[in-house]
Amino acid sequence: MVELMNKTNKQETANIKTPSQIVGESTKSVERNSVFNTKNFNLWYGDHHALKDINLDIRENEVTAIIGPSGCGKSTYIKALNRMVELVPIVKTNGEINYRGRNILEASYEVEELRTRVGMVFQKPNPFPKSIYDNIAYGPRIHGIKNKKVLDEIVEKSLRGAAIWDEVKDRLNQNAYGLSGGQQQRICIARCLAIEPDVILMDEPTSALDPISTLKVEELVQELKDNYSIIIVTHNMQQAARISDKTAFFLNGEVVEFDHTDKIFSTPKDQRTEDYISGRFG
Amino acid sequence: MKYIDDTVVMKRMKSRLKYNSIWKMIFLIATTLALLTLVILLVRIVTQGSGYLNWDFFNNFGSRFPEKAGIKAALIGSVLLMLIIAPVSMILGVGTAIYLEEYAKKNKFTSFIQMNISNLAGVPSIVFGLLGLTIFVRMLVLGKSLLAAGFTMSLLILPVIIVASQEAIRAVPKEQREASYGMGATKWQTITRVVLPAAIPGILTGSILALSRAVGETAPLVVLGIPVILQFLPDGLLSQFTTLPLQIYDWAKRPQEAFQYVASAGIIVLMILLVIMNSIAIFIRNKFQKRY
Amino acid sequence: MASQGLGKEQSIQEMVAQSRNRKGKKFIEKLMPIILIITALISVLTTIGIVFTLIFETFEFFQRVSITDYLFGREWLPFSGSEPLYGVLPLILGTLKVSVIAACVAVPLGIAAAIYLSEYASDKTRRTIKPILEVLAGVPTIVYGFFALTFVTPLLQELIPSLKIFNALSPGIVVGIMILPMIASLSEDAMSSVPNSIREGALALGATKLEVSIKVVLPAALSGIIASVVLAVSRAIGETMIVSLAGGATPTFDFNVTGSIQTMTAYIVQVSSGDAGYGTTIYYSIYAVGFTLFVFTLIMNLLAQYISKRFREEY
Repeated sequence: MVELMNKTNKQETANIKTPSQIVGESTKSVERNSVFNTKNFNLWYGDHHALKDINLDIRENEVTAIIGPSGCGKSTYIKALNRMVELVPIVKTNGEINYRGRNILEASYEVEELRTRVGMVFQKPNPFPKSIYDNIAYGPRIHGIKNKKVLDEIVEKSLRGAAIWDEVKDRLNQNAYGLSGGQQQRICIARCLAIEPDVILMDEPTSALDPISTLKVEELVQELKDNYSIIIVTHNMQQAARISDKTAFFLNGEVVEFDHTDKIFSTPKDQRTEDYISGRFG
Repeated sequence: MKYIDDTVVMKRMKSRLKYNSIWKMIFLIATTLALLTLVILLVRIVTQGSGYLNWDFFNNFGSRFPEKAGIKAALIGSVLLMLIIAPVSMILGVGTAIYLEEYAKKNKFTSFIQMNISNLAGVPSIVFGLLGLTIFVRMLVLGKSLLAAGFTMSLLILPVIIVASQEAIRAVPKEQREASYGMGATKWQTITRVVLPAAIPGILTGSILALSRAVGETAPLVVLGIPVILQFLPDGLLSQFTTLPLQIYDWAKRPQEAFQYVASAGIIVLMILLVIMNSIAIFIRNKFQKRY
Repeated sequence: MASQGLGKEQSIQEMVAQSRNRKGKKFIEKLMPIILIITALISVLTTIGIVFTLIFETFEFFQRVSITDYLFGREWLPFSGSEPLYGVLPLILGTLKVSVIAACVAVPLGIAAAIYLSEYASDKTRRTIKPILEVLAGVPTIVYGFFALTFVTPLLQELIPSLKIFNALSPGIVVGIMILPMIASLSEDAMSSVPNSIREGALALGATKLEVSIKVVLPAALSGIIASVVLAVSRAIGETMIVSLAGGATPTFDFNVTGSIQTMTAYIVQVSSGDAGYGTTIYYSIYAVGFTLFVFTLIMNLLAQYISKRFREEY
């Protein structure tokens, strides 16, 4: 299995250099820096081997989509990237996840520091039961920003960044729970932007939203990628195809295929990827 | 334009992490302090009182002399009192719970009863003593008897038993009731053959815990005027009696130091009685927990 | 089963039909709800009994002592034969002294323990500590009273030489220990019911556990925590045996905590154990004091219910 994986990886790197799609290549000609480089990463929930020998190299200022059927480990993987997965007490890991060249699994790596750099948006909107303003200002405040004027600017900038400023600017002091699900989710994205993270992890951010809210969040992701590296888990293949630059296909805790999104969806190399994309399972 | 300065964030990170671990220690110490009190309390009472625990202590009545003082009347009085409280409070408590959960419609009257119960649970025990003094001791002329005290204590723990029984009855899945009705069973049949058998462990656990509260209660009995030193055993429902907490209260008040040790010995007996009752409750809870 | 004894075949349906028509069964179906509603009414009758007992006997008391003297009098000297004084303020003040000291002990410790159990402790630790707290809550108050009188007071006297044998400090501290498990356990329940997704939201922003606890979980669970504190203080106000044993029997109108005091509950106990004659003013005075105590605790309980209903967060 490992051999096969390595082979896929080699093929993949080889493929990037073959100019099969000229339009696609022109944007990728710039060799982008690696953000998350995962090497031989394994994860167990108790006895259950949930992630097996994961090797993935995620680059900056790209949208990387992670797709796969339920229970394939895609959510577990993204939660490993900011070590939220450790909140489950029975989790064991080995291997390496290098964030900007440093292994985040080392005991000396403070999770708080990591999570300051790597923000996360969750499956279900989870605003704090506070006002909209306090939700956004929460992150800057814990990081020591007390100046009201600066906080005001950050709140506005983050809400604008999450494309929700116009909807909420007149009711910043209202409880965030009064907003609709789609608005709540964009508040959560704004909350994440307020600490100016390097990477944003999104764990099926639209799965609890209606189609219109979903569209808004997708457009937002497109805008955000100029400034942030985004890793998004989705069970919706069309969504992956619409918004991502690269796509990783997970199955039973393994990475089956990782490549440019257009290649994954047009000419998948692995039969299982093709089956999944064409809707034969999952 | 960047608002978040990375170097500042990293500088603060260290102090934030330090605060986190300092406060974690403070929270842990607070928790341990509570547990430590329990240990000190137990150790102190056992070291003080164990010397007085012998056969004579169990076989003697109360006395003015510490070395002759015993808990025979008090222990038997406590047990007899329990034998009155248990059936009275459980019949009333479980009956109320069945009514509220199975029969009562959702209307103002029901929510009034429910609110009344939760307020009754917050009434200080000494006020129940005043109630018992007026109603049972004087109006119903039961005197300072086992029966008067038993009724008073039953009313005192009634709210606790009602709430515990309601929770146990509510935990029986709707599907089980539907299955019983589906076979043509009547409401009362469903209650006695399906709901109550499933709820009985929860009801018993809650009732035993409430009962152990009644066994340790002193204040209402003092108000009823229950005598402390008795030289005879009760011979009927209307007979005078005394209980362990009352006996301990009397000893604790006495100035002679030796009575402190007698009081400690009495506390050991009381605590053992409570531990036995609580163990039974925990045993029932663990044995029958979560069967659905 | 179907052909049992009767000689002719009888289907189960027929047997069921027969038993269904039995009169006794129908009678029970009608009777039981009536019996049950009577048991339910006992709890209502208890409340009515308490309120009427207190009102009638208190009314009797106010035939002999003026209401204004009672409510605003600063001296409580019922036993001074020639000229007894019934000003309740010293008793109320004694009760408040003990309750405030108890709250000072129990609120910080209880909430700190709740934070530790809910936010820091592992499942296993939580499962060990919570039952111990239950044990602490189940210790009879007479035992706590004995502990206050024979252990805490002598210990405090080492630290504060001016402390009298009977004082407000020692029973206050021990009442605090008694209500601590209540605050810890109810606050922990309130904090545990804050959904994990909200915690994760804060952790993902790089917040430490302390910041999550103090800035997110605590505010979200605040109504439950305040309700638990109010309930616990109400319990402290009604506490009897600890203050009877360790507080003393000297009602004083001052803010001194090192000297002997008397609480409302301790006064009732003092009169009851002294066997005051039925029908005397002193006899009726315990109902007036009991009524005052009842009003205090009722207000606290209603307040706690109001807080937890009105400010409950819906997630």
